[in-house]
Amino acid sequence: MKLTGAEILTRFLADEGVEYVFGYPGGAVLHIYDALHRQDRLKHILVRHEQAATHAADGYARSTGKPGVVLVTSGPGATNVVTGIATAYMDSIPMVVITGQVPTSLIGNDAFQEVDSVGITRPCVKHNFLVKDVDDLAMTLKKAFYIATTGRPGPVVVDIPKDVTANVADYKYPRQIEMRSYNPVVKGHPGQIKRAVKMMTSARRPMIYSGGGVILDDASKALTELGHLLGCPVTNTTMGLGGFPASDRQFVGLLGMHGTYEANMAISNCDVMIAIGARFDDRVTGNIEKFAPKAKIIHVDIDPASISKNVKVDVPIVGGVNNVLKAMLKQLKAEGFKPDEEVLGKWWAQIEKWRAKDCLKYDASGDRIKPQHAVDLLHKITKGDAFVTSDVGQHQMWAAQYYGFDKPRRWINSGGLGTMGFGLPAAMGVQLAHPKAQVACITGEGSIQMNIQELSTCLQYDLPIKIVCLNNGYLGMVRQWQEFFYDNRYAHSYMDSLPDFVKLAEAYGHVGIQVDKPADVEGAIKEAFKQKDRLVFLNILTDPTENVYPMVPAGAGLDEMILI
Amino acid sequence: MRHIISILMENEAGALSRVAGLFSARGYNIESLTVAPTEDVTLSRMTLVTRGSDEIIEQITKQLNKLIDVVKLVDLAEGPHIEREMMLIKVKTTGSGAREEILRLVEIFRGNIIDVTPTTYTIEMTGRADKLDAFIVALDKAPILETVRSGVSAISRGVKSLRV
Repeated sequence: MKLTGAEILTRFLADEGVEYVFGYPGGAVLHIYDALHRQDRLKHILVRHEQAATHAADGYARSTGKPGVVLVTSGPGATNVVTGIATAYMDSIPMVVITGQVPTSLIGNDAFQEVDSVGITRPCVKHNFLVKDVDDLAMTLKKAFYIATTGRPGPVVVDIPKDVTANVADYKYPRQIEMRSYNPVVKGHPGQIKRAVKMMTSARRPMIYSGGGVILDDASKALTELGHLLGCPVTNTTMGLGGFPASDRQFVGLLGMHGTYEANMAISNCDVMIAIGARFDDRVTGNIEKFAPKAKIIHVDIDPASISKNVKVDVPIVGGVNNVLKAMLKQLKAEGFKPDEEVLGKWWAQIEKWRAKDCLKYDASGDRIKPQHAVDLLHKITKGDAFVTSDVGQHQMWAAQYYGFDKPRRWINSGGLGTMGFGLPAAMGVQLAHPKAQVACITGEGSIQMNIQELSTCLQYDLPIKIVCLNNGYLGMVRQWQEFFYDNRYAHSYMDSLPDFVKLAEAYGHVGIQVDKPADVEGAIKEAFKQKDRLVFLNILTDPTENVYPMVPAGAGLDEMILI
Repeated sequence: MRHIISILMENEAGALSRVAGLFSARGYNIESLTVAPTEDVTLSRMTLVTRGSDEIIEQITKQLNKLIDVVKLVDLAEGPHIEREMMLIKVKTTGSGAREEILRLVEIFRGNIIDVTPTTYTIEMTGRADKLDAFIVALDKAPILETVRSGVSAISRGVKSLRV
């Protein structure tokens, strides 16, 4: 059957099982938009800025495990998606971004709205393609989805010149794909798994440190089982929250720069560390020389380049996290492994001593609203079962520390790139994927303004997101660093001339609620969630002097953290 | 330590810039780089000379392997191998006795004179990089007008081969 390139694209996306395309039209993609208009299998979500399209697709992907799909025009359309692509790249999120391009005859001609999209995105994509011939379109798209969703996932850009979308070719959905240059290893090496199991079973102070890989590979069930079988403490990275239930007694919280005292002390004292789907990021390790100095390290990751990149490990295992965990469990069970209660008891007695410091305590009795308290109340009112997206800064850390995620894919944040403006558009993607679910966006008055225009998109598609804006009038994390390390010189971290967020929400057709007394927070959050069909903007005026604790200063070891 | 990384990659537009971009983005250095299609035109063979500690070389090979266009690679410095570089060099021959002197040097270094004018020679020379360096030093007195070097090409010794 002969179809135009534009028709092949829309037909392919539907055949591939794509539900939503997040995008913004423009000259180079007009044929594609026309084809979209003439079909009914794909739903297109019109954002208000292309960056938001990528974050929305990203939120959709993180909350479902399916690839997010973006469609934008050439030139500024393509440059506007770079931040969102880099965000997805740093957190290994499967995404396919279709960018329009000027006609092939004009490429390299400095044509109107021309930019070298493949060149600009090259350092922040898993791979990218420029399709020069309509005959290659379907197969290239298949490759893009295959690459984006397998191995270590990531964003893939497909740049399509306008003439290619007008030219015709035969279309048949390519079911199979094989690439000689791309074959990710998914099964762990049995010998290495054996060595790892031996190391785990002979450990006296074992510890599991798990990250986003567990979420991406849907391995939280296997991880939880391994944690329970070994009986050891489990810590999660910011990307890994929800991989192991936060309400489980064995969970010791977040580790790293704003990790708990017990998690960081356990890392500093464990004798065997089992790192699963985590990449020893600098925010996790602190001073690398002082990281887990007493531990033998087992590292499971699908990406060989993540292994021994920052920290030399003793037992590297390349493979899909879920596969490897299952293989480990099988072997542990075959051996009839039971932890030595006495040895493990001693380790736990030590951990409980650290835990007794109660490093996340705060005093909510004053007359200013404590942001931690607001997050605690959000957890209580949503019964810990909401999808929570966040922006970047102090509120992000408080959300990570206090919400307590029991399930994977519920915590949606830009952990690697730290992209302000991520939260609201990501929440749109989450809400579209889960129309009945409670979706909260924890944000600050700085971050929310970076993509505030999406309030308009939320109205258009009836997305009843609850925006929990912890408004302290400061770019709080910047202010905190300036307080600690720049002698209180608050250079440009104060947000003067803030808009009236309640009126702003109302102007966009939503509900706005302002809260400035601690006693009113609970009622306001309840009221917000009562309004099931409305977006509610909760502008919560919080204590401007509050800091995120504990904190490991730059260059320090994890056991040298500042407590409150 | 010096390493010679030999890469078989898809002969696709942009493949070279992916490798070059990787090196600049991650702060690795490239001493020399050559690339051309192989007997199978869908594949290019790249030879890349770099330096770094064992950890850095390990990361370089892992990161290169991660590139979707890279089919296979080998660090030739890990085993016995042969390396060659080709140089074209144009020198002035106007000094007294210069032509005879240069001709003799070219013979000693087993080079060829491939173009002659009344005032210049163009010499072709192949060998290890240090031999080419030595020839340049030996030319000392003859003014060099132009030097073109191909960068290192290398292949493993024996029956072992890098192929799909």
